[in-house]
Amino acid sequence: MTLELVGHSSEQDRAAPLLIRGMTVSYGEKPAVFSADMALRAGEMTAIIGPNGAGKSTLLKAALGIVTPLAGQAQFFGQTLDAVRGRLAYVPQRASVDWDFPTRVIDVVLMGLYPRLGLLGRIRGNHRDEAMGCLERVGMEAFAKRQIGQLSGGQQQRVFLARALAQKADLYLLDEPFAGVDAATEKAIITVLKSLTEAGKTVVAVHHDLATVVDYFDNVLLLATQVIAQGPVEEVFTKALLEKTYGGRLSQAVMPESAVS
Amino acid sequence: MGFEFVSLSLPPLVIGVCVAIACAVPGNFLLLRRQALIGDAISHVVLPGIVLAFVVAGSLSSVAMMIGAAVAAVFSMVAIELIRRFGRIEPGAAMGVVFTTMFAAGVLLLEQSDTDGVHLDVEHALFGNLEGLIWFDALGWASLLDPVALAGLPVELPRMFAVLVIIVVFTVVYWRPLAVMSFDEGFAQALGLRTQALGMMLVILSALAAVAAFDAVGSIIVIAMFICPPAAARLLTNQLGRQVWLSALLAAISAIIGYVLAGYGLGWLGYGASVSAAGMIATVSGVILAIAAVCGPHRRRVS
Repeated sequence: MTLELVGHSSEQDRAAPLLIRGMTVSYGEKPAVFSADMALRAGEMTAIIGPNGAGKSTLLKAALGIVTPLAGQAQFFGQTLDAVRGRLAYVPQRASVDWDFPTRVIDVVLMGLYPRLGLLGRIRGNHRDEAMGCLERVGMEAFAKRQIGQLSGGQQQRVFLARALAQKADLYLLDEPFAGVDAATEKAIITVLKSLTEAGKTVVAVHHDLATVVDYFDNVLLLATQVIAQGPVEEVFTKALLEKTYGGRLSQAVMPESAVS
Repeated sequence: MGFEFVSLSLPPLVIGVCVAIACAVPGNFLLLRRQALIGDAISHVVLPGIVLAFVVAGSLSSVAMMIGAAVAAVFSMVAIELIRRFGRIEPGAAMGVVFTTMFAAGVLLLEQSDTDGVHLDVEHALFGNLEGLIWFDALGWASLLDPVALAGLPVELPRMFAVLVIIVVFTVVYWRPLAVMSFDEGFAQALGLRTQALGMMLVILSALAAVAAFDAVGSIIVIAMFICPPAAARLLTNQLGRQVWLSALLAAISAIIGYVLAGYGLGWLGYGASVSAAGMIATVSGVILAIAAVCGPHRRRVS
C-alpha cells in the first residue's frame, strides 16, 4: 500500500487539475476540514469518501472559494482559481437549491453558457442547440420546456449535469451526484462521466455509496476531517483504511465486498 | 377635464406608477431569495434617519431627508447582514431585531425633537402625501411640451423617475448574475460571481426605491409593492423573465386602479369623501395577490 504524499509533489502533481494543500476550514469551534492535501490525476475519476460530517462537500467548496478556508490553498492546472475558472464546472448538491424557482429546464442548462455569453451577450440559436445537445447527453431533451419543479430528483440531477456539460470544462467537481437518484439516472450519469474521462477530462465527485466505488472510480480520497488516505482504488479502498475512515460507524453490513481485504 | 386631470391627477398617477414598479422589480429577487421582508424592514428603519436628518439640517429639505434615510437604511442593512453572518441566526430574525429597534428609536426621536412645525408625523410616514403632489403650472395637456411648465413639476416626480431608471438599468445589465445567484448561489460563486456584493447591491437599490418613495407616498405602498406584485406574478408564471414583467405590470395596474378608486370610488358609491390613495393602492395590490392566489395557474407547489 502506498500513500501519495502530495507534500513532496512531483512534476505531475504541480500541473494537476486540482492540487490542494493544507486546507483547513471551520464553521465554528471544530474544524470541518483539517489540513487536507489532495492531488487529482488528469483524465481520471476520483471519489471523495467519508462519513457524514467528514468535510467532503466543504473540501470542494473551499477549493472553489465558496467557503473561505482558515488556511490552505488550491491550485487548478498549476494556476490560481481565478485564472482558470472557465475550465471548471461545479455541480452543487441537488438539495442546495430551491426547485420551485421559476425557471425551465433549458434555462438552467443555458446558465452553463453564461460565462461565455457575458452580461448582455445574446442567446442565439447555436447556444440553444448546444444546450439541447447537453440535455440529449443526459437523456433529458424531452423535458427542455418543463418547469424544473416538475422533475423527479434523478431528472433534476441530470439537468444539473447537463448544465455542467454546457460549461465545456476540463475539470468537473460534483457534490453527491448519485444521492437519491433512480437506477436509470445513476446509469445515465456514470455513462456521461466515463465519456468525459475518456475524452481526457478530469472528474472528482463526493460519493456515498461504497458498493459502487470500485466500478465507478479510478481513485479514492478517504476523508474524516483529515485525509486518511488517497490513491488508486485498488490500493486505498481497503477494509483497514475504510475502518479507519469511518471509525466504529462502518458496520460489517455496510462494508462492501469489493473492498480489498 | 384636461386641465384638472393634468394638474391634479397626472403627477400622482405617474409617481405612483414609478414607485410601484421601482419597488416591485427588485421585490422579485428579494422574494425568490427569501428576503421578502427586507422591503418591510427598510421602510421602518428609515424613520430615525429622517428624524435625525431633520434635527441636523434644521429643516425638512428633501435632500437631507434622503441622505438621513439612506444612511439609516444602509446602516441597518449592514447590521442585518452582520447579525446574520456572525450571530448565525436566520435572516428573518436578524431583520426583526434590527427593524423594530430602529423604528422604535425613530418614534422616540420624533417625540423628543421639535417637529411640530413641519409635516413630519406618523401619518406622513405611513401614507405620504400622494394627493398633495400637484402640478400648479399645468394648463392642460399642452403643458407636457412646455419647458417652463415642466420645470414646475413636483420635485418627487423626476426624482422617482430617475430612481426607476437606475433600478431598471441595473436589473437589465445584471439580469444573468441575479438570476443565477437567486437560483443557485453555490454555482454562481463557482462561476466567480461576487454574490455577496451583488446581494448587497440589490438591497441598497431596494433601499433607494423605498427612501425615494417614502417622501411621496409613505411606507405603506413600499411594503405592499415589494411583495404583492412579485408574489402575484410568481403565481401566474413559471418563468423568471415573465414574472418580472408581470410584476411591473401588476404594480402599475395597482397604482392606477388604486388612485382612481381612492379619488372617485366612494363617490361612485354615493359617499362624498375620498380616501388615502396610498392606502387604496396597497389594498388593490393585496386584492390582486388574493385573486392570483385563488385563480393563478401556478399556485400549487410542485414537488
